[in-house]
Amino acid sequence: MYKILKKEVLAPTISLFDIEAPMVARSARAGQFVILRTIDEGERIPLTIADFDREKGTITCVFQEVGKTTKELAKFDVGDSLKDFVGPLGEPSHIENFGRVVVVGGGVGVAPIHPIARALKEAGNEVIGIIGARTGELLFWEDKLRSACTELRVTTDDGSYVRQGFVTDVLKEVIEEKGDIALCVAIGPLPMMRAVCNLTKEYNLKTIVSLNSIMVDGTGMCGCCRVTVGGQTKFACVDGPEFDGHQVDFAEMARRSVIYKEQEQIAMEHHQCTCGCGGGK
Amino acid sequence: MAVIPNKHPMPAQDPVVRAKNFNEVALGYDEETVVAEASRCLQCKKAPCRQGCPVEVDIPAFIKLASERDFAGAIKKLKEKNALPAVCGRVCPQENQCEKYCTVGKKNEPVGIGRIERFCADWELANGVLPQQVAEPTSKKVAIVGSGPSGLTCAADLAKLGHKVTIFEALHVAGGVLMYGIPEFRLPKAVVQAEVQNLKNLGVDIQVNAVVGKFATVDQLMEEGGFDAAFIGTGAGLPYFMNIPGENACGVYSANEFLTRTNLMKAYKFPDADTPIRVGKKVAVLGGGNVAMDAARTALRLGAEESWIVYRRSKTELPARHEEAEHAEEEGVKFAFLTSPTRIIYDDNYWVTGMECLRYELGEPDASGRRSPVPIEGSEFVIDVDTVVVAIGQGPNPLVPRTTKGLECNKKGNIIANLETGATSKPGVYAGGDVVTGAATVILAMGAGRTAAKSIHAYLSGK
Repeated sequence: MYKILKKEVLAPTISLFDIEAPMVARSARAGQFVILRTIDEGERIPLTIADFDREKGTITCVFQEVGKTTKELAKFDVGDSLKDFVGPLGEPSHIENFGRVVVVGGGVGVAPIHPIARALKEAGNEVIGIIGARTGELLFWEDKLRSACTELRVTTDDGSYVRQGFVTDVLKEVIEEKGDIALCVAIGPLPMMRAVCNLTKEYNLKTIVSLNSIMVDGTGMCGCCRVTVGGQTKFACVDGPEFDGHQVDFAEMARRSVIYKEQEQIAMEHHQCTCGCGGGK
Repeated sequence: MAVIPNKHPMPAQDPVVRAKNFNEVALGYDEETVVAEASRCLQCKKAPCRQGCPVEVDIPAFIKLASERDFAGAIKKLKEKNALPAVCGRVCPQENQCEKYCTVGKKNEPVGIGRIERFCADWELANGVLPQQVAEPTSKKVAIVGSGPSGLTCAADLAKLGHKVTIFEALHVAGGVLMYGIPEFRLPKAVVQAEVQNLKNLGVDIQVNAVVGKFATVDQLMEEGGFDAAFIGTGAGLPYFMNIPGENACGVYSANEFLTRTNLMKAYKFPDADTPIRVGKKVAVLGGGNVAMDAARTALRLGAEESWIVYRRSKTELPARHEEAEHAEEEGVKFAFLTSPTRIIYDDNYWVTGMECLRYELGEPDASGRRSPVPIEGSEFVIDVDTVVVAIGQGPNPLVPRTTKGLECNKKGNIIANLETGATSKPGVYAGGDVVTGAATVILAMGAGRTAAKSIHAYLSGK
């Protein structure tokens, strides 16, 4: 169960896995996520679905090594199996023919934006894609996005690839250039999604963001992932993960996302010492 | 022979020691004590105790066998009716169930039925589990949604009747609230898993990591999965919050989260287990039920210097079992009665630093018969806390009700099911436990699982 059928290192610290999970693949849709555990007594971490293949029964996950569990996950190889893998969780993206839409993927957020772009294009939309990364070597899936979108624009923060600029710089250009855009979907690091929303608010352009809150069960049971949207408390796991970005309290979200910063540091130190000397303890 | 007036006391870990560890508090009787306690039973012909048991255990019969040291016979008798005796012996509120009706209890303390049950179940776990009889296969398939007390009981009964039973569990381990909610120190997880193993031995297939309503709906299970009937026992997995300002601040937990991190994810072993939990120096638990007691006692074990129960009524109205409140108090949990928070105070980084509360007094009895708390105007005061656990109750998890066509629910989102049969508005679909009744007890959920199993068997036999 949950065997890794394919592994690809997309960029330094960013990996892709195709995971055998037919029960998840049969009903997975763009915008949903999975929760996995690597080992017994491991933590449950949510990852947004990057792709799925119903016939092969696989789910594609792309992740960046940021903490103990993702670093451990990166060491898994083809043929290894994950301890647990559950999904599809959360509500799927709302897909219809809006007309002209913009999808924005930043950093590792390029992966989950891909199936959404594809679904929007299949629904008849003109999909303008914008993808960006801190630097050229961290950028991946340019080709996949190019075929999933009607038009794709690429940028890097440091200008090491294609051009210099944040995704918001490109988004502003697109809005100014194209005029009528019905919807924007943005996935990436929290500050990026917040910046996109600040920009699109000025243009009154409805923007959907996908929130990667801290979660435990992912089924609405614990309330750990709660976020204030339009003044109301919502659970990202069952009410989301996608929300109207103009309604999201990003300041609260940012503070809640670092609740366990101290413990994450402890876990990393504990993890680095696996030689048995007990030095990490 | 004169009856010994009091129950043999339950040996327990010293409160000072146990408040710092997660080992089981109640240690269980030894053989001599269990025989002596079983001998207190009068073996009444009418057996009034049985009317207090939602799963209809033949109480005098198993106690008689225990008094004769035939523990194999006693556990066999118990398991005719109870699929989870090691669990029930520990967490049933016997004082409101079987022991409430015990004849001995009219003048003296009732027979310690739960304690004897626990001994017999533990005896079996230690001495090897006896095989149970299973009827000839019927070729009928039943899907059970949720592996908490109601689902496990329903599954066991149907498997014994020869039906092919599959349990779908959303989490990575079976047991539901027995695993994520009730703490290790009250119900060791190894005991729960031993009971789950007994079910597997009966031929029950348990699919973990399977969220019904997500990977497949109940309708899909029945139409495409070939299931002839379904039982929904998804519990009360939706935490309620107070809806007061500051409730989303860092350091505010729902009891579900606080207990799930600790019990299911074993955060008390962090960093040996990966899931963290943050318990500050001073913890306030809001609410007065068993879940609140569990959270307050857990906070002490996680290293809190002070752990408070903040409850808006008085001690008399505490909904928690007397024994749980008493254990909490012995361990050093403090109680702020007639107190309820109005807002949570936090610092610039959004971390909890305090809680503003109002004092209450008791007014007229409300619909529940308890005197309702009335706030005293102008009585605001602030208590310094750095962690708040909200334990004011749970509602039904909406995932399954929302995705099942034609399944009627009430305003609160509970599935409407006939309490006599477990039947819902949808043919072939039955429900029971907290998702129907709202948050209640393990044994009531088990009783509902038993009831539904009978109806499902009748439904399948007529099909």
